Amino acid sequence: MPAALPEPLPFEQDIHELEERLAQLEATAAGPDGVEAIRRMKRELLALKRERYAQLKPWDTVLIARHRQRPQFLDYVEMIFDEFVELHGDRAFGDDRAIRTGFARLDGQKVMLIGHQKGKTLAERQQCYYGCAHPEGYRKALNKMKLAAKFRLPIICLIDTPGAFPGIGAEERGQAQWIATSILEMTRLPTPIVCVIIGEGGSGGALGIGVGDRVAMMQYAYYSVISPEGCAGILWRVANEETKARAAEALKLTAQDLLQLQVIDHIIPEPLGGAHRDPREAANALKATLKRYLRELLPLPSTLLLQQRYEKFRRMGVFLDGPAATTGLTPATANGNG
Amino acid sequence: MTSERVKRGVPEGLWMRCPQCRATVFRKEVINRWHVCPECDYHFAMPARDRIAQLLDEATFEEWDAELRPCDPLGFVDRIPYHQRLTEEQQKTGMWDAAITGKGFIRGRPVVLGITDFAFMAGSMGSVVGEKLARAAERATQLRLPLIFVSGSGGGARMQEGILSLMQMAKVSAAIARHDAAGGFYLSILTHPTMGGVAASWALQGDITLAEPGAMIGFAGRRTIANTVRLELPDNFQTSEFLLQHGFIDRIVHRKDLRTEVARIIDYCTTA
Repeated sequence: MPAALPEPLPFEQDIHELEERLAQLEATAAGPDGVEAIRRMKRELLALKRERYAQLKPWDTVLIARHRQRPQFLDYVEMIFDEFVELHGDRAFGDDRAIRTGFARLDGQKVMLIGHQKGKTLAERQQCYYGCAHPEGYRKALNKMKLAAKFRLPIICLIDTPGAFPGIGAEERGQAQWIATSILEMTRLPTPIVCVIIGEGGSGGALGIGVGDRVAMMQYAYYSVISPEGCAGILWRVANEETKARAAEALKLTAQDLLQLQVIDHIIPEPLGGAHRDPREAANALKATLKRYLRELLPLPSTLLLQQRYEKFRRMGVFLDGPAATTGLTPATANGNG
Repeated sequence: MTSERVKRGVPEGLWMRCPQCRATVFRKEVINRWHVCPECDYHFAMPARDRIAQLLDEATFEEWDAELRPCDPLGFVDRIPYHQRLTEEQQKTGMWDAAITGKGFIRGRPVVLGITDFAFMAGSMGSVVGEKLARAAERATQLRLPLIFVSGSGGGARMQEGILSLMQMAKVSAAIARHDAAGGFYLSILTHPTMGGVAASWALQGDITLAEPGAMIGFAGRRTIANTVRLELPDNFQTSEFLLQHGFIDRIVHRKDLRTEVARIIDYCTTA
């Protein structure tokens, strides 16, 4: 039993109440009757959780992905890797705290580790711009990835960003330019690249360190071309609870959706209700996936690795080809590359 | 991420008003000057077909992949269903989607040309745009020809195709990377507007990057930035001139000089 209960999300009110009652009972109940009552309540809680988390709406998933207590990059570094030698330099402007890079060891395997950090305390969050990177962050990541390729260290990217930072300085220093450059170079870096969306996969800011030989998502992460808020604002002029939920639905941004669209390779299971409910369990699942992918990729010669990476992204997209039928567009006849 | 439409097309009627200098100008004269205001040199958005005529030698364009058509893999519905929006845009523009690609000649030099047309869903990139540009880049590599992309995209990646649109950024980038590795030349021409996922991928991956004057180029939209930082944005923020000043583009070229400039640059970047 964790010391403090996680902050409840809007759809978790009844779960939270039951958890509170259970905690109370555990503190006060005594004797065989008490043990039995606790056991009964635990069963009830588990049933309620199973039911609730099996019916999550896409917007609920977004809320879990953004949960303040959700494990972040540095938490996983702590739980999964044996050491982390952070490298700070982008060689041009400054050290972006929203993207962290450095050497790490995964059970003895040396890797280059890249990831977004959002921050936990208010001060930390402000320092990290809530995980929204500037051009220097992408430049730093690219610089370290090139170093990794030089010594054929595999690269692991843990993605967790609402999006690249929208600001004056970011535009002045080439936000689009550095994301573009990073994406291009990642398509051809001659070393294995594994990317996992651990929380928020916000558009270009995510893809900027998201081109890999394997791309996986944590179960309650999301990955989207635009934030549900941004989408709602454009489509319905106003981003309120209802339009955000509709946008999240329309965008097909959950791990399940992305697996179906063949954009990701695998969904990493999380503890019931989300990684924040048992970070250790989430970390173990993530670690197992990372190790499996490195085992698969490390033996491949670079030419084959790059050929497969090229084909992986080259296949993405759905469209119609060949002579147009008289009435044209029916998604049902889509032959696309799915 | 198709954001607000910037009304820049040439409206119907004999006369029109220039949004920059506010002069009332003769519509035909604007069109005859490649959609440039005769009073203040304001560059209007230009239909892809006119762009081909402006850049390529007469009747040398050979279109590729003209039969690629979009569909609606997400079943996306906003105010209207995406498939209906596509039909409307197709009727309005006479194009299947926002990109035209093919081969042609610029002052006698063979090139591969790809253009995104702002008139079709603000020039946003979905699967068809991504596929056409990737194929064009691959063929440029095979044919050992210079590759030229002309961008014009208000929103970047097309929201209505969701994550598949985002992946087009990686797809086209991968093809450009191969073209580069094979020693191919890629020239990017930025026109108004080039934003979001298009700017953050192929539009800013050129060996040489040119821009038309006064184009809006950037990653995040002005409104998003203003809402985030709550500061007054500089006057020339995210314009071609702003990008030149900050070192992200090589030359700003007036539309009337573009063909000559491109031909001149190609000659420096050909090994043959």
